[in-house]
Amino acid sequence: MKITLNVNGKLHDIDIDPGEYLLDVLRRIGYKSVRRSCNSASCGTCTVLLNGKPILSCSTFAASVDGQSIETVEGMSDGEKLHPIQEAILEEGGAQCGYCIPGLIMTGEALLRENIDPSDEEIKLALNGNICRCTGYEPQNRAIKKAAQVMRGELDE
Amino acid sequence: MNDSFVTVGKPKRKVDGLAIVRGKPVYTPDYDMPDALVVKLLRSPHAHALIKNIETEHAKSINDVVDIFTFCDVERIAYTRAGQGYPEPSPYDTFLLDRKVRYVGDPVAIVAAKTEKAAKDALRNIKVEYEILDAILEMKEATKEGLPIIHDESECSGIYDKSRNIAAHYEMNVGDVEETLKTCDVVIERTYHIDTQLHAALEPHNALTYLDSVGRLTVITSTQVPFHCRRILSHILNKPIADIRVIKPRIGGGFGGKQSVIVEPYAALVTIKTGKPARITYTREEVSMATNIRHEMSFDVTVGATKDGKIKAISLHGVSNTGAYGEHSLTTFMVSGSKTLPLYNKVEAVHFGGDIVYTNLPPAGAYRGYGAPQGLFPLDCAIDELAYEIKLDPLELKEINSIREGETSPIFEIMGEGREGVPQTMKSCKLQECIDLGKNEIDWESKRGKKIRNGSKVRGVGCALAMQGSGIPKVDMGAATIKMNEDGSFNLLVGATDLGTGSDTILAQIAAEVLTVPLEKVIVYSSDTDITPFDVGAYASSTTYVSGNAVRLAAEKIKEKLFELASKYLGKGVSELSLQSGMIACKDGASVSLSELCTMHMYTFNQQQISESASFVGEESPPPFAASFAEVEVDTDTGKITLLNFVSYADCGVALNPIQAIGQLEGASMQGIGWALYEDIIYGKNGRMLTNDFFTYKVPSRMDFGKLTCRLVDSYEPTGPFGAKSIGEIGIDTPIPAIANAIFDATGIRLRHAPFKSERVLFEILNMEV
Repeated sequence: MKITLNVNGKLHDIDIDPGEYLLDVLRRIGYKSVRRSCNSASCGTCTVLLNGKPILSCSTFAASVDGQSIETVEGMSDGEKLHPIQEAILEEGGAQCGYCIPGLIMTGEALLRENIDPSDEEIKLALNGNICRCTGYEPQNRAIKKAAQVMRGELDE
Repeated sequence: MNDSFVTVGKPKRKVDGLAIVRGKPVYTPDYDMPDALVVKLLRSPHAHALIKNIETEHAKSINDVVDIFTFCDVERIAYTRAGQGYPEPSPYDTFLLDRKVRYVGDPVAIVAAKTEKAAKDALRNIKVEYEILDAILEMKEATKEGLPIIHDESECSGIYDKSRNIAAHYEMNVGDVEETLKTCDVVIERTYHIDTQLHAALEPHNALTYLDSVGRLTVITSTQVPFHCRRILSHILNKPIADIRVIKPRIGGGFGGKQSVIVEPYAALVTIKTGKPARITYTREEVSMATNIRHEMSFDVTVGATKDGKIKAISLHGVSNTGAYGEHSLTTFMVSGSKTLPLYNKVEAVHFGGDIVYTNLPPAGAYRGYGAPQGLFPLDCAIDELAYEIKLDPLELKEINSIREGETSPIFEIMGEGREGVPQTMKSCKLQECIDLGKNEIDWESKRGKKIRNGSKVRGVGCALAMQGSGIPKVDMGAATIKMNEDGSFNLLVGATDLGTGSDTILAQIAAEVLTVPLEKVIVYSSDTDITPFDVGAYASSTTYVSGNAVRLAAEKIKEKLFELASKYLGKGVSELSLQSGMIACKDGASVSLSELCTMHMYTFNQQQISESASFVGEESPPPFAASFAEVEVDTDTGKITLLNFVSYADCGVALNPIQAIGQLEGASMQGIGWALYEDIIYGKNGRMLTNDFFTYKVPSRMDFGKLTCRLVDSYEPTGPFGAKSIGEIGIDTPIPAIANAIFDATGIRLRHAPFKSERVLFEILNMEV
């Protein structure tokens, strides 16, 4: 079957199998930031934004999001300029192996669009579904907090 | 000390950080290879069985199935998957495919198909007839008489006692423990048991293989050991090393789980047999059940001391469960002693020993900590128990008996990894500083023994001290090559393997520091057996110390070379020259930039490529040290354990990149916290792992702990590159004992079986009330 996806503002007409998951389709058309880990909606690695809300692409049928808008980390930076969350993750040591980072950035972005001044607890709660096996979480939580400050204009990048 | 450095000791951003945060295609699964065959494995549903008959013809006839291989199609070559240096201290007890299966998940057949769907169809259509054998699912049963022999095949070598399922055995004594115990005022004798753990790296094990334009086998793989992988593939596939290239791109976590060579041989075999590219990617369930897990261990521990707290004798006698295959069996067990016992170096007598046994459970292997946490749990907690017995603060007891700078322990020389060790005296040991700062941070004095209550909830604190090593001395070798470009930049080629630990970054920092250039002028390329020099790979906390020293040596050779060339170019004596900020200057004011110097030597003057290589093998393995503290709250109505705060201070020498070093300590601590409280493996009665996904196996998430405070103390290790020691593993050693000790402080309940489930706590509470 044919579907249309708007990925990071770019339209894609794609042939898919009816049972294909969004994760596989996005990877096939080149969005390799969308990564598979648990493949059972329990680690957050494959998170993308669907119409601005975080979803798990490993357990979302591609056919079910036909015609809708998807955002991945490939669309987060403005040319050479990184998004404040990307900057803060580098600055705070929030990435080690980096495999969880695209999913984390997308979940963090969805949080900050809703709540530009989240408390520590709100950050932990929003990102609780994003497993990281490397960092011990503290630097990632700090990074989201810092990115929010930058986005509020309270802190220079 | 750090102030004199320009690039090392600074929290530099990861050199690969931009690619990570932009989501660039840098991991093995991101390499597109449109014609790659999908490789899948048929796995045993039985824990122990013989294959009586295997029928693949029907499955082969399925559309898009290219071929299927069984034990009949592969050469019978014994090997170990261990991914260690050669010769490996692990038994050769594994075959690519065998007539016998030894755990639920053991590979039975390899399917190669054009599509995922066809491969899965084929798996369902292979008919296997098994003769089911009795299985051994309890490690304490394994050596009993009359039980089945798991490895009875004649081609195996290096197994300690096949007939009793003992993969390896180790025994050592310092002094006479029995006699010394007689002179002690108090003796604690206990048994501690520690369950296995999953690595749970987020990137599943996967590899892509193909033949290059001249027919050489290329393997792109998520591995910690590219050079060992090449050597092992050469052995199994009967292919010269010269015909194999192994490339490690970025990898999505390892933690020891990607040290064993697991997936590569299956894809490589398909590529060799079919001539086509092949890709193998394990599912999460396969990663859990059929790669490596941590060695489950049980120790009988005896500690004897005088009533004023002088520890005089320690004995650790245990059993370790290596599962169906013996990779890392002897060495992890030895590390349970060699990287814990030297901590308490004032003793008069020490015993360490036991058996590492086969069972029909998933094979155990390397895992961050590598036996040290399994040894530290009984050792630290028994000392903690002893402190309560003699009414001493457990921290004080550990403090007065532990090792300090300038001291040694006979264990260093007796116990290495799979062989004897090397004698060493601690040139850097800031354990006291770790203790003092950590004690202050957790507020030990005002919290310990206070059992602060809030309704049904009661709080307690616990501590644990730890050490690790920095590579395997006289075994681990790392090498580096540096070549210069005409803009004054340098290519740094290292065999070292960055697992996400940041080793590419700190190795570049070392080169940049020596060569006085900005970090951006050092371009790192690592882990490609065709291009980079040899390195054993990323394990045993070796990279900073071993590979780091190799990079420093290579950079110093380059620096010497630059002086020699500049001397001729400027017509000045070498002794008059100095290198600063990328310029070579003479005392009389003459100078030349590195860029000009290299350009001239490439094109016009004394033409040559400026490049140097260096290798390093550690003469010793300076241990990092740590003091950790846990504060817990236990709900006495429900048994629920809440970790309020975990504090860890470590001495890793000079932290070459403080933010990455603290990240190692934090990440390892969190993995230890998960093991202590949440991560629990359950097997069905047929030996099948039931907790094989992230729903049933609980990796800690952000809401599962209160606070994590990890810090480093000032230290300088004279034998390390710019004063550095290791930091990758030590953090995982302390959470289990520190949390166990905190639970005791809160409740008076001594948990001697990790992980610590709320159910067990509640059970003990109910028992106490009866």
